[in-house]
Amino acid sequence: MSGLTKKIVALAGMSAFVAGNAVAADLTVVSWGGAYTKSQVEAYHKPWMAQSGHSIISEDYGGGIAEIKAQVESGNVTWDVVDVELSDAIRACDEGLLEEIDHSTLPAAPDGTPAVDDFLPGTLHDCAVANIVWSSVYVYDSSKVRNWNAPKTMGDFFNTDAYPGKRGMRKSPKVTMEFALIADGVPVSEVYDVLGTEEGIERAFAKLDTIKDDVIWWEAGAQPPQLLADGEVIFTTAWNGRVFNAVAAEDQSFEMVWDGQIYDLDLWVIPKGSKNVEAALDFVRFSTATEQLANQASWISYGPARASSVPLIGTYHDNAAINMADHMPTAPGNFANALQNDFEFWADNQDDLNERFNAWLAQ
Amino acid sequence: MDVSQPITAADGTPLKKKLAQAMFRSKLRATGLVVPLLAFVLASFVFPILALMWQGIHNDTFARLMPNLTEELRVWDGVSDPTEEMYALLVADLRQNRADKTIGKVASRVNQELAGTRSLFTSTARKAKKLEPPFKEALIKTKKKWGDIKVWQAMKLTNQSLTPGFYATSLDARYTVDQGFVMKEEKRQIYTKLFVRTLMISGSVMLLCLLLGYPVAYLLATLPLKYSNLLMIMVLLPFWTSLLVRTTAWIAILQSQGVVNDLLVWIGITGDESRFSLIYNMTGTIIAMTHILLPFMILPLYSVMKTIPPSYMRAARSLGATPTAAFIKVYMPQTVPGIGAGGLLVFILAIGYYITPALVGGQDGQLISNMIAYHMQKSLNWSLAAALGGLLLLGVLVLYWAYDRIIGIDNMKLG
Amino acid sequence: MAKLPPYTTTGERIWHYAFRFICGLIFLFLILPVLIVLPLSFNVEPYFSFTPGMLSLDPEAFSLRWYKDIFRNGMAAPDAPFDMAWLADTWNNAQWMRAIRNSFFIGICATLLSTALGTLAAIGLSRSEMPYRRLVMSILISPMIVPLVITAAGMFFFYSKIQLSQTYLGVIMAHAVLGTPFVIITVTATLVGFDKSLVRAANSLGAGPIQTFFKVQMPLIIPGVISGGLFAFITSFDEVVAVLFLASPEQRTIPRQMWSGIREQISPTILAVATLLVLLSIILLTVIELLRRRSERLRGITSS
Repeated sequence: MSGLTKKIVALAGMSAFVAGNAVAADLTVVSWGGAYTKSQVEAYHKPWMAQSGHSIISEDYGGGIAEIKAQVESGNVTWDVVDVELSDAIRACDEGLLEEIDHSTLPAAPDGTPAVDDFLPGTLHDCAVANIVWSSVYVYDSSKVRNWNAPKTMGDFFNTDAYPGKRGMRKSPKVTMEFALIADGVPVSEVYDVLGTEEGIERAFAKLDTIKDDVIWWEAGAQPPQLLADGEVIFTTAWNGRVFNAVAAEDQSFEMVWDGQIYDLDLWVIPKGSKNVEAALDFVRFSTATEQLANQASWISYGPARASSVPLIGTYHDNAAINMADHMPTAPGNFANALQNDFEFWADNQDDLNERFNAWLAQ
Repeated sequence: MDVSQPITAADGTPLKKKLAQAMFRSKLRATGLVVPLLAFVLASFVFPILALMWQGIHNDTFARLMPNLTEELRVWDGVSDPTEEMYALLVADLRQNRADKTIGKVASRVNQELAGTRSLFTSTARKAKKLEPPFKEALIKTKKKWGDIKVWQAMKLTNQSLTPGFYATSLDARYTVDQGFVMKEEKRQIYTKLFVRTLMISGSVMLLCLLLGYPVAYLLATLPLKYSNLLMIMVLLPFWTSLLVRTTAWIAILQSQGVVNDLLVWIGITGDESRFSLIYNMTGTIIAMTHILLPFMILPLYSVMKTIPPSYMRAARSLGATPTAAFIKVYMPQTVPGIGAGGLLVFILAIGYYITPALVGGQDGQLISNMIAYHMQKSLNWSLAAALGGLLLLGVLVLYWAYDRIIGIDNMKLG
Repeated sequence: MAKLPPYTTTGERIWHYAFRFICGLIFLFLILPVLIVLPLSFNVEPYFSFTPGMLSLDPEAFSLRWYKDIFRNGMAAPDAPFDMAWLADTWNNAQWMRAIRNSFFIGICATLLSTALGTLAAIGLSRSEMPYRRLVMSILISPMIVPLVITAAGMFFFYSKIQLSQTYLGVIMAHAVLGTPFVIITVTATLVGFDKSLVRAANSLGAGPIQTFFKVQMPLIIPGVISGGLFAFITSFDEVVAVLFLASPEQRTIPRQMWSGIREQISPTILAVATLLVLLSIILLTVIELLRRRSERLRGITSS
């Protein structure tokens, strides 16, 4: 029986700790993990905790609105603030899963410009406030000696004759199909018009067919730098901030190819029924202030969503030789041939293209 | 003693009745012991699964959220032009959904039936308040698509709460208003192929397990106990080790910078630039699953082989059979129950596998469970997930029934 | 090893050793993956492969850094001096520590629930008077058979409706259901060999049913109950699908943490955790083996 008694004692101890834990957590902030979450912890969480006296539990997730939907519909909302992609923010808002955020309560720029004028166009939505502009690009490892010329264009990514080897791509039609069309010669301004037609979809898949046997599909943002560092692939598509982090913090010699980059927003949303709406709103206001957004840019190369933050962007927190502004997706040298992700197109066609993409993968 | 008199117990009641009473009491006692668990399993396991299955044929999102339009759509024949009244009811429902913030749900549901309609609903709902009659004209003016009969057909289909549509999709068909069930074009077919692949991978894993498990079980059953007990640990330790640990280990072993490839490069079988792809594909899935399920094959085989007296083989040999003939004609037939038990168990467990394929399967090593999880967590098409799950469950239950018939669940053993 | 009889032919001899060699390879296939994580978890480099330094047994190539990482990752101040505050910090904030606490808490609760219910049911099921025995048995075993994705999806919807998803209770209930088949199978197996005349003997010597149960039946089936409980515990401890569907980050368990680790960033910390889990399974396996022997010994005395 002594074993049983021990168990019970242990159990009682455990539940005390579990309960203690639940009380201590003031705000659960959910983001994409890795270097990106770290930049948010440094630039947003820590100063906010110091200022407000609340504590934050930081959680990682893999995107999508499944968890938010599950929590809201079960009435048991444990996430207070979530970092989501634009098309997901719009969809979740339409389905009534998010709290509305009053834009007039967002902090004004230091020079007094109201928030609604200071945020870049398209970055404020009924239920969501953008914090960063990020971009999908492709990368190669310049330290590995290979006998080819450095790739310059999106076309090179798909050119298996000149660049033989495995390629990493995100396992999702989003971005992948656009890249295929850009590589196939569609001007960035026409990509979504072409993709909106049956022939355009066929064309994208036909282009993808040419590299299908050479693709390793990744799903989480931390995977592509790993794949590249391990030598599993010669090229991989990736999120520019993750690549930058591998270069700046882990001394990898990765080179990004900015041609045909597709940029998108990450936004804060608050699931409807959050138990800490007031604190969550306060956190969103705090973190999207000019200074915080500019601060984050010293940790990772994602562009701030406010115009007034741009002049404040400094150098990398760890290395004054790296001027962060040069590494932003919006830096003039990088922005020459860029495409903005069309959230409405994806909101409409996501289900269908996902299905076709999966069918294509299974062939 | 008078034989016609019923035999009585000590208290005078007839013995037959007394026995029946005692029997009833012991039945009650046995049932009483089982009931708490049975109730628990029914409530927290069987019922949720039944509810899930219900979702596979029933989805009332549209009918519930578009209450004005629903009746009109039901009587509409699906081919004639929609009337002004239908348009007016549509506008009324759109306004209501806009106010309730539920328009996204309606839009998602119709979008499952007809791609490209989500923004049609959400953007029109935003403007619905300002629309003036005649609504037909007004709607078509806002978005040309409202004049398209296909949109209305899609609404009529989603309006039907009890629908075979999701099962049709699970079998790569479409359920339509005017033509009934239509097979999808070749390049859009995915689920039937995935079911076939699931069966093939499970079959390969089962055969590999048999191939590897049979000799090991034979060795264990024929060695003296003190050796076999020691070797048994090698079977049981992986069995007791976390699935995630074993999957991680296989990643470390098989990845292109992993142990096996390093070894092959070192020996010189392959060059540093042309390492083998052993993981993140079907090969990786099959190797890892075989390893994980092998103990489930060895243990039943072993327990059957343990019961076969070695004297049978000796008798066969002394009667002039060659060792091979004796083994095939005398020994093997007796192990058939073990082969059946192990094979079925491995196959049943394999077709529902999710974790290992998800982690090491890459693109061609995914099974049907991965697709179910995808629809549960990513596409949020829960009814389709339920329909796919229904088909998978049906397959598993048939095998389970066969297992019970042939082997009997009572005979299931663990270690 | 057993000696070969003198009359074996050369061919048979060759086959005999070839067969043992093949079996050796299969055993290697079985055990190697479990053991290979051990040395790799001490790698000083963040890689999954043996470095030249490790192969030449250079002590510099080995380190405990990934084990330290289990305690440090997620801490507010990992570099603070080692004292009570540091311990409290790691206990409360380190991600792996949270997962370890959750795994044990959920595993122990689920085990108690499934062992209690499962043992009672197994005793009932082993009585020949039990009506619809076969049907009931097949329902009670089915959680082991039904694909986990289906189980988890069904529970996800149902538990969401009754406010149990994303709670400890929900995860515990799910794991308890998944663990009961193992309890039933092991306890039934012990009861099959149980000599019924012992109960009658106890009764005739004046023991009541309750006294008989605790003094006669219980000591005989207790090894089965405990090994069933251990099976239930390891089932919960290893389970990840239900956790993926039902748990919020607050209830994140070890396998769940490994799952996201493997999908996102394979750091050797996972190998360090894996090594600890292998040690745990060795301990559990030893306990089970001792229990089995004890049970055989007990029944060997009673039934012959």
